[in-house]
Amino acid sequence: MTLDLLHLMPTDLFRILPEVVLTITGVLIMLVDASLPPHVDRRNLGWLAALGTVFALLASQAQLALLQLAERTGFYGTVETSTFSIFFHVLICGIVLVTLLIALDTLPENGHHKGEFFALITFGAVGMCLLTSAVELLVVFIALEISSIATYVLAGYRKENGRGPEAAIKYFLLGSFATGFFLYGIAMVFGATGSTVISEIATRVHTGGHPGLILLALGLMLVGILFKVSAAPFHIWTPDVYEGAPSPVVALMSTAPKAAAFALLIRILYGAFPALQPIWTPLLWLVAVLSMTVGNLAALRQHNVKRMLAYSSIAHAGYLIAAFAGAGNTGITAACFYTAAYASMNVGAFAVVTLISGYEDELPLIKDFRGVLYRTPVLGGALIFFLISLIGIPFTGGFFGKFFSFTTAMGGGAVWLVLIGLLNSGLAAAYYLRLIVSIAQKPEGESPVPPVAQPIGVAVSAALMLAIAATLVLGIAPGEVLKNAAEGAYELMPHSMQMVNSLVFF
Amino acid sequence: MHLILFILFAGLAIAGALNMLLQKHPINSALSLIVVMTSLAVLYLMLGAEFLAAAQVIVYAGAIMVLFTFVVMLLNAGREERTLGSKASWSVGFPAAVAILAIIASVILKAQGLGNAMLGDKITSTEQVSAVLFKELVLPFEVTSVLVLIAILGAVALARRGDGEERKDRR
Amino acid sequence: MIPLSWYLILSAVLFTLGVTGFLVKRNLITVFMSIELMLNAVNLSFVTFAHLWDPVKGQVFVFFVMMVAAAEAAVGLAIIISVFRARATLAVDQIDLMKL
Repeated sequence: MTLDLLHLMPTDLFRILPEVVLTITGVLIMLVDASLPPHVDRRNLGWLAALGTVFALLASQAQLALLQLAERTGFYGTVETSTFSIFFHVLICGIVLVTLLIALDTLPENGHHKGEFFALITFGAVGMCLLTSAVELLVVFIALEISSIATYVLAGYRKENGRGPEAAIKYFLLGSFATGFFLYGIAMVFGATGSTVISEIATRVHTGGHPGLILLALGLMLVGILFKVSAAPFHIWTPDVYEGAPSPVVALMSTAPKAAAFALLIRILYGAFPALQPIWTPLLWLVAVLSMTVGNLAALRQHNVKRMLAYSSIAHAGYLIAAFAGAGNTGITAACFYTAAYASMNVGAFAVVTLISGYEDELPLIKDFRGVLYRTPVLGGALIFFLISLIGIPFTGGFFGKFFSFTTAMGGGAVWLVLIGLLNSGLAAAYYLRLIVSIAQKPEGESPVPPVAQPIGVAVSAALMLAIAATLVLGIAPGEVLKNAAEGAYELMPHSMQMVNSLVFF
Repeated sequence: MHLILFILFAGLAIAGALNMLLQKHPINSALSLIVVMTSLAVLYLMLGAEFLAAAQVIVYAGAIMVLFTFVVMLLNAGREERTLGSKASWSVGFPAAVAILAIIASVILKAQGLGNAMLGDKITSTEQVSAVLFKELVLPFEVTSVLVLIAILGAVALARRGDGEERKDRR
Repeated sequence: MIPLSWYLILSAVLFTLGVTGFLVKRNLITVFMSIELMLNAVNLSFVTFAHLWDPVKGQVFVFFVMMVAAAEAAVGLAIIISVFRARATLAVDQIDLMKL
C-alpha cells in the first residue's frame, strides 16, 4: 500500500495555508516560551502571534487565486475554498489580530502563562478558520472542538478569583453537552444518507433517504450550533461565562468562534439541508424572536457592564438569525454582513471595557463607568461610538447590519418578525443609552476613580483604531464587503435554488 | 447465539448506565461507566468493528476512565448530598429525558429498511480502516494533532499554579 | 440475526441516560461522566450505521470521536481541578458566585 500523502497537490496545501501559518506560529510561540528563562516577560510573544495572524490574513487573501481553478475542494473533498470561506477567514483573522493587540497591553505583568495564552489563541484560530472551509462533517466536528476547547481554557484564565474557574466549568460542561447533541445529529445524518460530505448529503436529502432520521438529525445539529452562537433558548451559559472570563478573552469569544459557528450554521442549512427550508425557516424564526426578546429584556435589568453586553450579544444573535427568514441567497448575504458588522463593533466595545474595568474587572458596574468621558475622553468617546453602533444608528456598521437583515426578512415575507425586531431595537436602545448617559455624566462627589489602564498602550490603540475603522467602513461604504458576502452566498447555494438578485442593495 | 450475546451485553450496558446514575459516590459511578464501555466494546465486535473494539477498551476504559478515577481520588470527592437542587433537577430532568427518548425511539422505529446484523458479517480489518484514515481522511487526522496539542497546552495552563500562588505556598 | 434498529434503540437509551445524568447529578465529575456516556452512545450509533452503509467511514469517525473525547477529558478534568482549588468543592449547587 503506498502512502498517498505524497500524491497531494501543492494546491491542496494552498487551500489550508492560513491554518498552516497559524499552526506554525503557535508552535513557534510554544518553543520560544519553553526556551526562555522563567522570569523573562513573555509580552513579545504576543507580537509574534499578531505577526503570524497578519500573515494568515494575507494568506487568506492570496487564496483568491485558487478560485480560478475548476476544482473547488481539496484533500479528497474535505475542504473547500470559495469566496465564502475566504470572507470568513479574513474576518476571523482580523478579530484574532485585534484581540491579540488588546491582550498585549492588558495582560498582567508577570506569571500569567502568557506564552500559553497567545499560543491558545492562535491554535484556537486554526480551528475557527478551518470550520469555515470544511465541507466534510468529520473536519467540521474536529475544527469545532479545537475552537471550543481553546475558548473553554481561555475562559478560565483568571484562576485566582474563583469566578474564572466557575466560568470555565460552566462553559465546558454545557459546551460538551451541546457537542454531544451535535455529534448525535451527525450520526443520524450519516445513518439517513450514508454520507458525511455536505454536498452529498444535500443531494441524498433531495432524493429521499429516511425523512424521519433526517429531521431528527437537523434538530440535533441545530441544538449544537445554536448553543455555540448563544441563541435563545440555548443561551444560559453566556452571561456567566462573559462575566467570569477575562475581558480580552470575551472580546474574542463573543465574536470569532461565533462568526465561525454562524458560517457553519449557514453551510449546514443552505449547503446540506436546502430541501428542508420550509421546515427550518419557521424554527429559526422562533429562535430569532426568542433570542431578541429574552436578550433585550434581561439586558435591561443588568448592572454589570459585561453581563449587559452578554445579553446584548444574545439579542444580536437574534437579529442575525432573522436574516435566515430571507429568501435564497439574499439571506446568506445579509447574515454574512451582519456577522462582520457585529464582530467589529463588539470586539471594539470589549476592548474599551477591558481598558476601563481592567483585566481583573476592578470596575465592573455601569455606575463605575460614570464620568469616563471626562476622565479619558478618548476611551469614553470610543465606547459611546461602539454603543451607538450596537443600537444601530446610521453611519455605523450596526445600522446596515440590521437594515440588511430586516429587509431580507421582509423580502422573505416575515413581516411579523421584522416588526418584533424593530420593537426590540427600540427596547435595546434603552439600556445602551443608560450606559452612554452614565459615561457622559459629570463625575460627582469625591475624587473619581480613573480607568485602570493608563496610559493607553500602542498595541491597544492600534486595536481600537482597527475596530473603529472597520465599524465606520461598514457603516459608510458597505458596498465592497456586501459584494464579497453576496459572491460567497452565490457560490454556496446549490444552483437549482439560486435566486436572481431579488433585492438589489447598491 | 447472536441474540443471547446482544441481550446480555445490551443489558449490561443499560444496567451499568443506570447504576452510574443512581450511585451516590463518584468512584462507583466511574466503575459502572467502565462496565458500560467494555460491554459496548463487545457490541462493536458483534457489528464487525474489530479495531474499534480494541480501541474502545484501550482508549476509553483504559485511558480516559483511569484519568477520571485518578482525579476522583486526587480531589477526594465524597458522596453527593441530596439537596434542594437535586430534587428540582429530578423533576425537570426526568420528563425532559423521557421526552427525548420518546422522540428518538419513535423516529428510529418508524425508519424502514435499516436491515439486520449478522454475526461475522461485514468484518472490517484494521488495514481497511488505516487505508481510509491515512488517505481520504488525512487532513482531519493531521488536524487532530492540533487538537491534542491544544488539550495539553490547556491542561497545563489551567492545572499549573500561577506564579503568584507558588510564592504564597513557599512561605 | 438482529435488526439494526435494536442497536439504535440501545444507543438512544444510553444517550438519554447520559442526558438524565447530566441534568440530575450534583457532582462535577459525575456530570462530566454523563457526557462521556452520551458520547459513547453516539459512537454505538455510528458503528451501527457504519454496518448499514460504509463500514470503514463510520468506524473511522468513531476513532476520531475517541480522540476528541480523550482531549476533552484532559481539559475538563484540568478545569475541574482548578475549580476545586478555587472553591474547595465539587458540588454543582455551590458553584454559584454568579447568579444565572
